[in-house]
Amino acid sequence: MSLYTAETRRLTKRRFTRFFLIGVVLLLGAIAAGMFLTNHKNTPEVVAAAQAKADREFQQAVVQAEAERKACEAQAQPGNDCSQMWTPTREEFQAQWYMPPTFNFRKNFGDMVTTLAAILAMAAFVIGASFVGAEWSSGGMMNLLLWRPQRLTVLNTKLAALLAVLTAVTVLLSAVWTGVFALVANLRGTFGGMTSGAWQSILLMELRGLVIVLAAGALGFGLASIGRHTAVAMGVAIGVVVVLQAGLGTVLAMAQVKYLEMYLAPTWIAAWMNKSVELVDYNAPCVGAGGTCEQPTLTLTWGMAGVGLVAVLALVVGTAMWTLRKRDIT
Amino acid sequence: MSAVLEIQGLQKTYRSRKGVRRALDGFDMVVEAGQVHGFLGPNGSGKTTTLRTLLGLIRPNGGRMAILGREVPQSLPEVAGSVGAIVESPQFFGNFSARDTLSLLADAGGVERVRVDEVLELVGLRDRAGDRVKTYSLGMKQRLAVASALLKNPRLLILDEPANGLDPGGIREMRTLMRTLAESGMTVVLSSHILGEIQLICDSVTIIAAGRRVAAGAVTDVLAQHATSSVRVRLESASDLTASAGALRELGAQVVVEHDHLMVSGLAQPSAITRALAAREVYVAELSPVSVDLESVFLELTGTAPVAGEHRQVDQTVMAQAGPAQGGWGQ
Ligand SMILES: Nc1ncnc2c1ncn2[C@@H]1O[C@H](COP(=O)(O)OP(=O)(O)OP(=O)(O)O)[C@@H](O)[C@H]1O
Ligand SMILES: [Mg+2]
Repeated sequence: MSLYTAETRRLTKRRFTRFFLIGVVLLLGAIAAGMFLTNHKNTPEVVAAAQAKADREFQQAVVQAEAERKACEAQAQPGNDCSQMWTPTREEFQAQWYMPPTFNFRKNFGDMVTTLAAILAMAAFVIGASFVGAEWSSGGMMNLLLWRPQRLTVLNTKLAALLAVLTAVTVLLSAVWTGVFALVANLRGTFGGMTSGAWQSILLMELRGLVIVLAAGALGFGLASIGRHTAVAMGVAIGVVVVLQAGLGTVLAMAQVKYLEMYLAPTWIAAWMNKSVELVDYNAPCVGAGGTCEQPTLTLTWGMAGVGLVAVLALVVGTAMWTLRKRDIT
Repeated sequence: MSAVLEIQGLQKTYRSRKGVRRALDGFDMVVEAGQVHGFLGPNGSGKTTTLRTLLGLIRPNGGRMAILGREVPQSLPEVAGSVGAIVESPQFFGNFSARDTLSLLADAGGVERVRVDEVLELVGLRDRAGDRVKTYSLGMKQRLAVASALLKNPRLLILDEPANGLDPGGIREMRTLMRTLAESGMTVVLSSHILGEIQLICDSVTIIAAGRRVAAGAVTDVLAQHATSSVRVRLESASDLTASAGALRELGAQVVVEHDHLMVSGLAQPSAITRALAAREVYVAELSPVSVDLESVFLELTGTAPVAGEHRQVDQTVMAQAGPAQGGWGQ
């Protein structure tokens, strides 16, 4: 327990942790402010103005189409079927397309939860990596192990302290985030339709976001611990993004691999956050009945994504512990 | 007296892509309770490796070790509370202050916070304890390291080159500190290259070369065993030095030619020198036994005395030339 408090203190005392979290909060603030400024409430005046604008555009389009048809008929070339020309319909000029964007809490907040989770996950990765990486490269880890010669206990306690702090930060920021966007919805959109079921699904999504954040923290921690340097975790992260994601994506696209998104991490994160992702095989021929085009699809569920996440985590954290047990500390 | 620290037949081989390096080759060491024990050896002889192995940082390939009568590394978690150690200029996280660093260690080891200020006072860092470690000088970092080792008020204190970077005053303070600690019942193991210092404060020493023990025992015993035969010989004419050295070597003596005299050892009777030289019509101007100090014993035992015109390389020691050692000398 004493080791645990010491490690929590060490983590929160670090300027790196503090500055990084401040940066994250500023970034989140900027996003929230941006959402506030670009969205507007649909007051009756706004709706009326949009309706008027839609009507006006529709009238103009009708007039213009008429003029074009006249010109076509006047030329009267053979094979030119002027009756086939486009005539605008009312549906093509809906009022809502002429309204400024509005923030619908029920429809739009899910994306904001994912945004929060993604930003916090990146921060968690870096903080986790530097927490143990800086200890290794500064020699602090060796000192600590002289004090507490149980290597696995020390590493596990450090990891536990990291995860606890990350949980606290994520829960706090999620609550604030929800509050801020409830406010944005009230002022610049609508808060309608928030049944208890809707709230529950938002809460579950935030929980899944928390899992992503913790997983990212543990991954950064594990990689930096294996490499005994913060830079190793960073290198692996950049390597994975550049080589595996961008490179692999290109290669797979050239090879016309079926469902190539399946091999890319963001797809799985989306599947985890949104409960499922549907991939479409655009290269396949259409097989729909009666002229409709239905290409084969593949659905990735959050269960599958969860299994993958656990596997990667177990591999990295397991390896970190195994190397710590086995390798000399010099 | 009981042994606080026992090492028998310790083996450590480092393996890397460049090949294997045998750092410890059947090393033995015994430290009795309440002693200040010097741990000496040339660069790369295996001192730090021994201490790291003892403290569980690296895994030995063979041999057994015990601290305070408990086998390590198995019982290390239990004895760790009674062992304070610094291994080769420990580094600390640079952005924390000395006080933060120590209080985090105190928390991690279940030591009371008041002890932090006590040890800071003890090593003379009281007024700078709030500064970031990054801004410390070499000697200040070293003092912080010693403070961290003292934090637990250990029964066994292991210091790998604690004097590294200390100013003369600091070295003297360290010496007094060691003595005071030993008098209070603490056992201190001290590795250092400052042999004058070791001779002043240590009760006993272990000398290591190329991963094996070459001498061990009370400082006086080690000195006495090697004090016998070294004699300074000055001749009437310095031009005879080289020829005379040859003549003495024929008698079986070890001779070192200095610029105006010879250092002769390995002869039972100094009279043999005068007789042999007189027979060649070379006359001795001065013949004086040299009272050995630890430094010369060390250089002789480890075979690391500088030789004119040669640049000795780090792994060149007596052991490397002599092949397998015949167990420990001394005891
Ligand atoms: N991590 C390592 N990998 C490979 N070889 C090592 C490693 N650490 C030490 N050695 C080798 O082991 C031998 C003993 O090194 P050690 O550090 O124990 O010497 P030392 O007695 O402490 O020397 P010094 O007086 O210079 O501090 C040396 O030859 C060194 O090169
Ligand atoms: Mg050393």
